[in-house]
This record gives sequence, C-alpha cells and structure tokens, in this order.
Amino acid sequence: MSAFIQLVVSGLATGAIYALVAVGFALLWQTSQTINFAQGEFVMVPAFFVLVAIKYWGFGYWPAIAVGFAISALLLGAAFKGLVVEPMLRHGVLPLVISTVALAILMKEAVKDFYSSQAQQFPAIVEGTDLDFLGAVVSTQSIAVIVVAIGAVALLNWFLSSTLTGRAMQATAQNRNVARILGIDVERMILYTFLINGLLTALASFLISPIYLAKFTNGETLGLAAFVAAIVGGFNQVRGAVLGGLILGILDNLAAAYVSAQYRAAVPLVVLVAVILWRPQGILGRVEERSV
Amino acid sequence: MKYLVKPLFAAAIALSPISAVAQSTVYIPNLAELSGAGAVSGTNWRDGIILAVEEINAKGGILGRKLDVPHVDTQSEASIARAQIQKMIDNKPYVILGPVFSGSVLPSMELSKAAEIPQIMGGEAAAITQRGNPYIFRTAFGQQVSMPKIANYMRDGVKAKSVAVVWVNNDFGKGGRDAFVAEMTKRNIKVVADVSTESGQVDFASDVVKVKNSPAEAIFVYTNEEESARFLREARKQGIKVPLIGETTLLGQKVIELAGEAANGVKGHVGLTADAPVPALQAFGEKFKKRFGYANDHNGIKGYTAVYVIKHVTEKIGKFDSKAFAAALHGMTITPAQEPGILMEATWDKNGDIDRQSFLGEVVGGKQKIVEILPKAGL
Repeated sequence: MSAFIQLVVSGLATGAIYALVAVGFALLWQTSQTINFAQGEFVMVPAFFVLVAIKYWGFGYWPAIAVGFAISALLLGAAFKGLVVEPMLRHGVLPLVISTVALAILMKEAVKDFYSSQAQQFPAIVEGTDLDFLGAVVSTQSIAVIVVAIGAVALLNWFLSSTLTGRAMQATAQNRNVARILGIDVERMILYTFLINGLLTALASFLISPIYLAKFTNGETLGLAAFVAAIVGGFNQVRGAVLGGLILGILDNLAAAYVSAQYRAAVPLVVLVAVILWRPQGILGRVEERSV
Repeated sequence: MKYLVKPLFAAAIALSPISAVAQSTVYIPNLAELSGAGAVSGTNWRDGIILAVEEINAKGGILGRKLDVPHVDTQSEASIARAQIQKMIDNKPYVILGPVFSGSVLPSMELSKAAEIPQIMGGEAAAITQRGNPYIFRTAFGQQVSMPKIANYMRDGVKAKSVAVVWVNNDFGKGGRDAFVAEMTKRNIKVVADVSTESGQVDFASDVVKVKNSPAEAIFVYTNEEESARFLREARKQGIKVPLIGETTLLGQKVIELAGEAANGVKGHVGLTADAPVPALQAFGEKFKKRFGYANDHNGIKGYTAVYVIKHVTEKIGKFDSKAFAAALHGMTITPAQEPGILMEATWDKNGDIDRQSFLGEVVGGKQKIVEILPKAGL
C-alpha cells in the first residue's frame, strides 16, 4: 500500500507539472487557434534563463527566478506572438504548426550551442525532507510541486472567472467578433494569453528541472506529455487540461511500476487513442464549446 | 619534353602547401558523444584528448609530426557513430579515438577492423573485446574485470546477502547487469530485484519504489552518469536507507555535481579518478580543471591516456603504421617512467583489454574519497 501511495504522490507531482503546460496549450488554442509544438521547449528554456542569471549575472535564487519569469513572459509570450504566431497564422494553422516545430528545433540547438549539451543541476524551491504519510515516505519537494502547480492553476481560474480582464479574455475566446462589438480590446486579451502561457511554462520549468535536471532535450518528453494531457482532458477546457495532466502523471508512474518500464512511454499514447475513439472532445471537453 | 612532365608534376604536388601540411601532421580523428544522453562522458573524453594533444603538439608532436585531431559528434546514436566512422576511414586515419558508449563502439568497430585501423575507445561492455577484433583497444576496464571487483566488495565490504540491481537498457547496462548477476550467483548473493531503466530516462520514481520495496540489503546502480544522478536524487527523495553501490558511473565527479547532497554515502569501485592517491592522477586533475574550468571524471583520464598510448607505441615502432601499431600494443605494458602521460601503469592483453590498479571509493561531503587501492587483476 505504501508503494502505491508513493507512486500516486510522485505521479501527482509530475502530473501537476504536465497540467500547467497543458493549460497553456488549451489557452493558446482557445484564444488564437495556436497549436504550439514548441511548448515542451518553452518549458525547457526558462531553467536556462535562471541558470544564466545565477552563473553569469551573480543573482541569488529568488531574483534569478524573477528574471526567469520576466524573460519568459517577454520572449516566450510577447515575442512569440509578435514574431511567429501573427505572421504565420494569417496563412492558416498548418504553416503555424510547422513554424512551431522549427522553433522547437531552433531553441533546442541554441541551448545546446550557447549553454551546454550536458545536464545541469537546478536548485529546488524547497529543501527535500521526508514526511511519513500512511506508512509511505513522501518528500516535501513532491508536496511543494503539487501545491505550487495546483495553486497556480487555481489562481488562474480565479483570475479568469472573477476579474474584469479575465472575463474579457473568456469573451474573446468564445467569440472574437462579439467581444469587439462589446468594446473589448481583443488584441490585448490575446497578448495576455500568450504572456500567461509564458509564465505557466516558466513555472513548470522551475518545478520540473530540479527533478529532471536542466537539459536541452527535456522539452521532447514534456511537450508530448502535455499535448496528450490537453487532448485527453479536453482541449477546450482549462479544468480538462488539469485533469488530463494529473491522470497522465499518475498513469505513467503506475504503468512503469506495475506493467513495464520499457513500455511506459506508450501508455499516454494508448490513453490518447482510447479517448479519441470513445470521447473525442476529451474527458471534460464539450462539443463545439469554447471557453476559458 | 614528355619525359619531364611526370616528374615535374609529381614534384609540384610534393612541394605544394597542402602536401606539406599533410606530411607535417598525422590524422587521428575522435568520435565522441558530444550531445545526447552520453554528452557528459563524451565531453570529458574529448577534453582529455584536447589536453594531451595540446601538450604533445607543443613539444613537437610525434616523430616530428603534429597531431590533427578533429572531434566528431555521434549525438549518442549508434547509427550516426557508424556513419561518421566510415567518413573518417575514407580519410585514412592512423588511429581512431572513441567513441565512449559501448552501443556506438560495437557497430563502428567492425568498420575500423575491416580497414585495419586501430581504434582506442572508452566503451566498457564485456562484448567489445570478445569478438576477436585485433584493432580494438580499451582505455578502461571491461565489465569482466570490474564486476568481480565490485562483487567482492559487495560480499566482503558491504556484507550483503541480497541485492537489487538497477541497470540501463543499452549495451553498456545489459553487459554490466549480466556480468554482475553472474558474479553475485558465484558468491551466493541473491538478486531480489532486477530493474531495467531507459537511456535518457528522466523520471525514476517508480524504479526507486520497486527497489525500495524489495528485501535488498544493498542496491547496485549501473546507469550512465546523468541517469545515475537522477536516480540518486529520487532515491534521496524517497528516503532509501540501504547502501547504494556502483561503479565509476555512480561515483564520478559529474554525478556528484548533478546529484548534490544526494550523492553522499554512495560507495563503489572506481577504475580511474583524479581523487586517487596517485600524484600523477591528481596533477592531471588540476591541469584539466585549469584548462576547462570543471573537474574531470574518469572519461577525461581515458581520453588523455589514449593519446599518450598512441605517442608511446608510435615512438616505439618508429613509424606511422596502423597495422604495426595494433600488433605492438597487444601484450604491451606502459609505465609512467616510460611515458609520464600514461599516468598509471597499464597492460593490454591479446584481446585489447586493459589491466591496471583500481580503487574503492565513497562520496563524503560532496567529494569522492578513495578508501582502498586494488591491485591489477592479472589478465
């Protein structure tokens, strides 16, 4: 039983990080029909912003994290929207998808060339101490990851449903033309979505890098997992993306322990196929509905 | 007039700057894992080679010829390694250096064998030197040499009656796992958990849970450096209490750096280390750190000594002859008195296996501490 609890807690921690990234996928899709196949690399690269701030600029951990968030919002949010999405989207979704695939390769190779091809140690947000929970040893690091990630999603949910700007973003997601008629600055709302995505991926990066170690290849696993999570949960629902991430994280751990470590990578894809066959809109998704 | 054309043309070619460069250098390409899962190993190996080449070239090279050592990336992929070694062979190298990953050595060494080019590499899988290839040479122990040493330590030092083994599912890991399990059986030590992991794996939560819930009195970890560090961090997270035992890939400097505090308490057998109480190794470690700004691991020493092996053997045979080189190195012992760059006395047997002293070590306070020097295995 203790092994099962440990697997579930570890799975929840990983799944919570997948959820953050999957929420970003869902937000971008809803507000600007952007499918970002560089989303995994968006999670990989902020860790290196922080490492640069610590190693070369002499910053402490928390100031470096703040710098990481700022650069991520600027480059992965605003610059991504202005330099990649806007010029390509007017030519259709497919050219944009191809552009994001190219961007992913560019980011990966750039980190390899300009920083290092080797894995780098990345500091954790809390020191790792053990807690006894129903006979299972649970790390405070795992608990912190779950709390921070779920807290961030809850905060985002509150922002979207309880603030004027959040509601304006929801209106933009549901019907851009009507939102314009209502006087909403649609372009600004879309920009906010990209900024939020930049911040979410940065947060995911800061939580996952102490576990995975910061490395230029990290995005490969994360991008696919988050994409699958978003589809499994429902691409048009933030809460669906959260659920998809958590399910995937737990399933991955349980499959590796009780089925086969070799085939664990196939588990998310099997789940994806099953969901597409039996509930194409995702577990919490709704047919033809779009809201954030 | 026509009798003059050929000699004049030949003279022009011989005196051209290109030919002069070719004559003044010797081509010894290095194939290494500079990116991908083996980047830690390959980068250390390459930097060790760079250091040795700079030293040798600064002193005039070998037999008056400077070393031309380009570094080519396998991206830690066997198929790329094979393609790149074919390109190297097309350019007629004297000796080929690398790669480090056994999975890349095994397919590439068939090509160097066919071309009769000696290949001095960093792979440790037992199978490499069991295929009757007279052109392959190790720079570190094969698993058939290192595993009996670690098994003795498991029996006499750790006094474990049951062990769990965690291994990486590639040629290096599979070879090590098979050799380790065989040695455990010989010593009546029970393997109670046998956990296979993947190269490049990032999440070890389930693997740690498996070994943690086994009745193992010690855990033997045999994965590559980055995976070793991730495993140690996860083991620390889940509060593993039994001894974690490994080979050089668990106690190496890069693993300690990546795993941080989680590496403390790890013990095992170390083939090569700059922390050993051997002045030449320590001096090498200082030189390496000064040159590259980081502490080398065993692969740095392997790369460095590989180049000095080439220097010593070539000076001994007195010519750049690949076949004569391979023949001469079989059965040869090189001592630091004969060639200081070899750092420790080493012997190569008829299969290309290397034998030298090794060490038992443990990680204390974020540093590798050598507790015992083990004698040569006597191949």
